[in-house]
Amino acid sequence: MSTTIERRRDDVGTPPPPPPSGGALRRTSDWARRAPLLPALIFTIVVTQLPFVVTLIVSFMDWNAYYPDERGFTGFSNYASVLTDVNMRQAILTTVILTAVVVLVSLLLGMGIALLLDRQFRGRGVVRTMMITPFLIVPVAAALLWKHALFNPEYGLLNGTLTAIWRLFGSDNAPQPDWISTAPLISVEIALIWQWTPFMMLILLAGLQSRPLDVIEAARIDGASSWQIFRYMTFPHLRRYLELGGLLGSIYIVQNFDAVFTITSGGLGTANLPYVIYQTFYQAHDYGRASAAGVVVVIGTILIATLALRTVSTLFQEENAR
Amino acid sequence: MSSVTNVAPVAATRTPEGEPRRPRKPRSGALLGLAAWLIGFLFVVPVLWMVLTSFHSEEDAATNPPSLLAPLTVAGYREFFGVGTGANPWPSLANSLTASVVSTVIVLLLAIPAAYALSIKPVRKWTDVMFFFLSTRMLPIVAGLLPIYLFAQWSGLLDNIWLLIVLYTAMNLPIAVWMMRSFLAEVPVEILEAASMDGAGLLLTLRSVVAPIVLPGIAATSLICFIFSWNELLLARTLTGTVAQTAPVYLTGFVTSQGLFLAQVCAAAFVVSLPVLIAGFAAQDKLVQGLSLGAVK
Repeated sequence: MSTTIERRRDDVGTPPPPPPSGGALRRTSDWARRAPLLPALIFTIVVTQLPFVVTLIVSFMDWNAYYPDERGFTGFSNYASVLTDVNMRQAILTTVILTAVVVLVSLLLGMGIALLLDRQFRGRGVVRTMMITPFLIVPVAAALLWKHALFNPEYGLLNGTLTAIWRLFGSDNAPQPDWISTAPLISVEIALIWQWTPFMMLILLAGLQSRPLDVIEAARIDGASSWQIFRYMTFPHLRRYLELGGLLGSIYIVQNFDAVFTITSGGLGTANLPYVIYQTFYQAHDYGRASAAGVVVVIGTILIATLALRTVSTLFQEENAR
Repeated sequence: MSSVTNVAPVAATRTPEGEPRRPRKPRSGALLGLAAWLIGFLFVVPVLWMVLTSFHSEEDAATNPPSLLAPLTVAGYREFFGVGTGANPWPSLANSLTASVVSTVIVLLLAIPAAYALSIKPVRKWTDVMFFFLSTRMLPIVAGLLPIYLFAQWSGLLDNIWLLIVLYTAMNLPIAVWMMRSFLAEVPVEILEAASMDGAGLLLTLRSVVAPIVLPGIAATSLICFIFSWNELLLARTLTGTVAQTAPVYLTGFVTSQGLFLAQVCAAAFVVSLPVLIAGFAAQDKLVQGLSLGAVK
């Protein structure tokens, strides 16, 4: 009985081994199980982990491509310059503000819209599709769209709409703000919130639809108000989905490059860490400092990622327990 | 409004699907439905505006207030595709297509066996492996950019589409492993094992039991990986030049204003986004699962 089971396990190409000791049999069967996994695992380690190790090493080096003779190890001086440099500190601050604002606002909006979409109404599917659309615009294209077609002070849709509304009331003096120059960071944030709200909405809607409806129905029959049901039943259930959306959103937005690069080209105080790293290494060729800044981003991300992994893990275990 | 008469038949048609009928105040229900429509419309307006503007002439696109009813023309598209301007976006579109499709195929070739070893015949500590894959996706790309650039320079792979293919594969592999595992986990293992006892039943089982579960999963996974590769800018911008540049890199040519060019920008944005829009709407039901790396179904 047990032999047939063992045989079947290692039927992936390995010939039935000569009667070995129990340990050896188990080892071959273990390797037969691992074999399909190895290509993906090795590929991932080589392509994603190795470069980071190199980054870590270079971050301790004085290495500027313009001065190749001065290459050498300098200890923590790159980190010191990253953390004391005004531009770098500004970039760290910008990254934190940008990420926090975009994630929080799109989570709140996403939740409101998910609650609206969780109800039955005519054309719900159409509204859901309309809501997803912003997320399906290529990020660079979306940033171009906001920069040129919406924010442009002369012919952008925003100011155009203002003009139209003012004309409606017989006035020719509609305000025509230059959105990107007056509020550069907010402009970037608006474009990103527009793209990321659908993401949050999708995750939260999935959370809402996994609620145990019978319990909620029972509470309703027992006389619970809509607010009580939301406060004591829906919200606690949604909490983990809110966490997941917030954390995944943070991980993606901390890394954002496209919007900053396109809308403001890092100018006007909108340069976030990815953009500054790109500049430091691609234009200033200061490899050591760029690497140190990269390591700073990773440390920040690990903080968020640990929390994210924990949330995924909880959801994952529930999913598997079902 | 005719809300009262409208709500009743909808509720009646939905009840057979298991949704318990809720006694609601119809007025507030209709209002909330209207609010949902309004918000959905607000979110889609920029896209509609993009499409509409792309079919206007440059003069009509740059008016203030906007001329919604201006005559339609494909001049913007003609400009984008180089009629009279000498621009040629085709190589970058072809590069994007190559990078996205080839990397997606490699991702599937690596991810499906891996997902098999994580679900149907799981290795020991398979959850640890899953979380290792996930953690690599969370590592910011920008942190590994410099070594990759130096390696590319040293090996002569700068401006080579194959470098992007390898990197996009690594970028999407964690998502694909997580998604494929969640699909393979739904395969009834007992039936599979019983079928593998007699070889004749195995093919039939694969076709009639496994394929219906796994093929939609493969389709959804491919679409998500395709979208992520197609959208990528930072790696492409840093590692490609004139030969291997992708469509998003081509789009960065529109960052600085060049006189009257709004219709052309909108045409460009729409053309480059079209494959993602198609893939995204096709994968709509599985989009959440892919974006949350398989954590949410």
